[in-house]
Amino acid sequence: MAIEGADLVRAAALLGAGISMGLGAIGPGVGEGFAAGKACEAIGKNPKEAGLLTRTMLVGQAVSESTGIYSLVVALLLIFVV
Amino acid sequence: MEFSDAIWVQAAAFLGAAFSVGFGAIGAALGEGYAAGRAGRAISKSPELSGPILKNMLIGQAVAESAGIFALVIAMLLVFIDTDGRPLIDAFAYLGAGLSMGLSAIGSGLGSGFPAAEACQGIADNPPTQAAISTNMLIGSAISQTPAIFGMVVAFMLMFVDFTSQPLWPAWAALLGAGLSMGLAAIGSGVGSGIPAGSSTLGMARQPSAATAIRTNMLIGSAVSQTPAIFGMVVAFMLLFIDWSNVPPWPTWAALLGAGLSTGLSAIGPGIGNGLTAGEAAEGVARQPEAQGPITTTMLIGQTVAQSTVIYGFLVSLILLFIQQEPSHAMTEWVALLSAGICMGFGGIGPGIGEGIAAAYAVRRIARDMSQNVLLTRVMLVGQAVSESTGIYSLIVSLLLLFVI
Repeated sequence: MAIEGADLVRAAALLGAGISMGLGAIGPGVGEGFAAGKACEAIGKNPKEAGLLTRTMLVGQAVSESTGIYSLVVALLLIFVV
Repeated sequence: MEFSDAIWVQAAAFLGAAFSVGFGAIGAALGEGYAAGRAGRAISKSPELSGPILKNMLIGQAVAESAGIFALVIAMLLVFIDTDGRPLIDAFAYLGAGLSMGLSAIGSGLGSGFPAAEACQGIADNPPTQAAISTNMLIGSAISQTPAIFGMVVAFMLMFVDFTSQPLWPAWAALLGAGLSMGLAAIGSGVGSGIPAGSSTLGMARQPSAATAIRTNMLIGSAVSQTPAIFGMVVAFMLLFIDWSNVPPWPTWAALLGAGLSTGLSAIGPGIGNGLTAGEAAEGVARQPEAQGPITTTMLIGQTVAQSTVIYGFLVSLILLFIQQEPSHAMTEWVALLSAGICMGFGGIGPGIGEGIAAAYAVRRIARDMSQNVLLTRVMLVGQAVSESTGIYSLIVSLLLLFVI
């Protein structure tokens, strides 16, 4: 079973896509959840500001999402482009 | 350098024993150490109660130890098992057994440390409630031990069921995958059931009149936290008992290993996350027993959302197990299947924990003011939905690897 060089490279790309998205999902998941939790706590203390606090949560979560998006982009690149 | 099958089987049995007791020692030691630390703090606060506190610490530590003892038993069996004349497939069965028992003992050992720790604190805070605290500690610890028992059951099956009717390829991956699926999934549930056990024990010390409400809440929350381990066990059973004779060995072996990793890894996050939510719920019911209804409702909603990523992992496992592969030795084929399992497996961890944290904070606020439960549940759901996004990305990449490559 001789493995061609091109096959090995392609296989490494596919494994890398899985690792990239898999590990990359951990951080944003935990971080955005923490932000959501603290938003619940803050809104509980100050329900009149629910709108402002929800907006703040979403902005913060969007920033936290960025590394997750990087992981997705790299995974898709590895699957479709290289 | 040709070795007989029996040599490989013996080597694998020793390695399996090492994994079993090596991993198994981690959880029990951590849990018991945590309990000892909290006991010390409690005794320094109330030295006259050192007798009852120490007694409770030792009992609680003994329950946490049981996961370590299970791991030692499996290890001893693997060290001394007679491997003469055993087929090569048993090597992978023994490795899988060691992983199944060892990994699952991590969660249960650590998880059972929490109720022991909180019981010591509770006795210092409110000595007359000793009996109620001890009972709750034992109930909660027992629930936390269940994943280790699942792990031991799967380990026994791997060691003693006759797998000679299965072809070596791909069944070796099925047996290894079964051990990983059960062992990894049990980590989250062991810890996740221990957290509410701890919070409810401390809550009972602070509010003994609400003991029934607190215990009910703990039992519901812990039961939901057990579900990821059950998913892991279901996948393990499927891998063990489906007949793999009629599938093409390449690349199906990678699909089977990937199936085990997909559910096993993705169950860790929801197990822990559900436990965090249930812990805050138990504490909340202790503070405000009248709010039990809204607390339990929001806890269940939050836990259900946090559960979603293990369901994605289970879905990917089912696809890997049951979709018939085209026979192929191409490296891209089998790597794609393995990568799909790894991707969804790891991808399920973060959102599970994060959504659990979000639900925990929501439940905590609702305990303080139950009139806010509609508003806070809404905010919680919005926040959890954003946290879910990377879990969905992982699912998409997994499905791409499975169907588009």
